[in-house]
Amino acid sequence: MNETNEPEILFGIYCPPHPQPLLSPDASEGYGKLRAAFEECRKRIEESEADIILVYSTTWPSIIGHQIQALENAVWTHVDDDFHYLGSMPYDFHMDTEFAHAMKYNCEKRGLEARTVEYEGFPIDTGSVVALQLLNPDNRIPACILSSNMYANRSETIVLGKAARDTLAQQGKKAVVVVVSSLSNRMFTEHIDPKEDRIHSQKDDDWNRKILEFFDDGRLEDLSQLSRDIHGQIRVQKVVAYKPAWWLAATMGQHNNYDGEVLAYEALHGSGGAVITLTPSTGSVGDKEFDEDDVEFYRGDRNVLDKGMLK
Amino acid sequence: MTKGQIVAGCLAPHPPHLVYADNPPQNEAYSEGGWETLRWGYQRLARKLKDIDYDAIVIFTPHWQTYIGTHFLGLPEFSSKSVDPVFPNLFRYNYDLKVDVELSEAMRDAASQEGIITKMMRNPHFRVDYGTITSCHLLNPEWDKPIVTISSNRNTHYYSPEVMIEQATALGRACAKAIEESGKRVVLVASHSLSHRHFVEEAPLPEDMSKEHIYNHSQYVWDMKIVEMMRQGKSREVIDIMPEFTEQTIAETEGGGLIWMLGAMGFPDFPAEIYGYQSVIGTGNVIACWDPNDDTREYVL
Ligand SMILES: [Fe+2]
Repeated sequence: MNETNEPEILFGIYCPPHPQPLLSPDASEGYGKLRAAFEECRKRIEESEADIILVYSTTWPSIIGHQIQALENAVWTHVDDDFHYLGSMPYDFHMDTEFAHAMKYNCEKRGLEARTVEYEGFPIDTGSVVALQLLNPDNRIPACILSSNMYANRSETIVLGKAARDTLAQQGKKAVVVVVSSLSNRMFTEHIDPKEDRIHSQKDDDWNRKILEFFDDGRLEDLSQLSRDIHGQIRVQKVVAYKPAWWLAATMGQHNNYDGEVLAYEALHGSGGAVITLTPSTGSVGDKEFDEDDVEFYRGDRNVLDKGMLK
Repeated sequence: MTKGQIVAGCLAPHPPHLVYADNPPQNEAYSEGGWETLRWGYQRLARKLKDIDYDAIVIFTPHWQTYIGTHFLGLPEFSSKSVDPVFPNLFRYNYDLKVDVELSEAMRDAASQEGIITKMMRNPHFRVDYGTITSCHLLNPEWDKPIVTISSNRNTHYYSPEVMIEQATALGRACAKAIEESGKRVVLVASHSLSHRHFVEEAPLPEDMSKEHIYNHSQYVWDMKIVEMMRQGKSREVIDIMPEFTEQTIAETEGGGLIWMLGAMGFPDFPAEIYGYQSVIGTGNVIACWDPNDDTREYVL
């Protein structure tokens, strides 16, 4: 346990699950920009003092509670269901088994069903493989991957983030947390020339850009609060909710005090792919809805709406 | 050349629990049994298939999910280990299977001609999905016939259950045409459950049958309605009611397998043979077979 009982999260990364930045970065300018953004993140991780990379992947669905990858050395060659023709993805990952087991324990302590998976040949999902290959290619830092439970909704996902905080704090590990998810996730349903890739619709693009503004302002908790709107507007209804912002916000501390940086935003077969970093900051200016200056003492209503108006 | 034909169509659910319960040498996990109603039903259907002369199994699986068209296995052999991403504790199965690439390409070509977006899968590292492995193992444990796996395009989620019916029916028609022109005798397999709400917790001993039951009664009533229509030979009506059924029971029919198979068979009006119904971790599963041969069709259960 560290002194403050608060985990040390160095920064967060939001990145897309599609394999193009890994397998075919030269096929289009956009894929190349995403690849460069991943590489920038890799560099920042290398320069950080991170002890663990903790991944929450929307392309790893689970049913029996929350699954936690615990196999110390996960080795396989992965092939994507749709993009198999782009090539194979051999991987050799080093997982933080100690963290995984403690994470399971902390999930259960918080009332969640959870289990570790520790099997040779377990099919690690495309999104996790892409993220870990690009962000941590030499296995410099051990990782852990969390699944996205199909039936889980807001409270469960937020509590999962809190269990991650408990575990990081207990083990005194400095973490980079990674969410693997598209923004808008509607792809073209036919094969396209990568050079002509674009966001599937104007509406998806408009929403993506609005979400990126929030990220850029560091308004992670506000995004978390917007999850249901995002789900209804730009997510194909494959699962019950858009959960990554809930998990990321809960894991990073449920506030809006971050320095956000959008490193790239490009289309991936029609879906919205963005590489974003969020670094905890102390310099919030108090102009956001959920970054209350004092949650213990009433200091009057803050007028958040007139901030930024010309005076 | 004699015309090819579909010699049977099987609705073959693929909970990995059934392979786990069987303890075949290919699976690494060990069980004390369980789910006999389904396993014994499968064994009876497997015996029936032994008496049918056929060349290949064509299987449509919801666990090879593709968003960009319908994909077909396109290499003659696949050998690897299939680990279920949801139940890895139960299913880690070493497989070594053969594919009828000629038939696969013929079906792909026929589907393309119908305007369906298609793709051949020719990556040798590709892992065949556990739906295919489970259903094929249970129907043909000897693995002595080549197979073709067809992916499930995600029409239901991307568009609607009605679009899925249109697309999967068109795919079924195209596959039937290709089979006819191939001169081959083919068993079709739709690999999926009916109602599909799972428990999110597992018993300490997964095969403890004192813990197994349907997720809720509504799921059961819907499943029985569908099974009854199958018995009565109302396959067209099964498809007509499917959007409602799929929505109400989050049914695995959403993947399109049964629609594809019944579409390929021209929506048969003869009764389906029923081999068993049982829940697996709360989901509803029926094993059924449509045998177009009046002489061999049986009243099983
Ligand atoms: Fe399934």
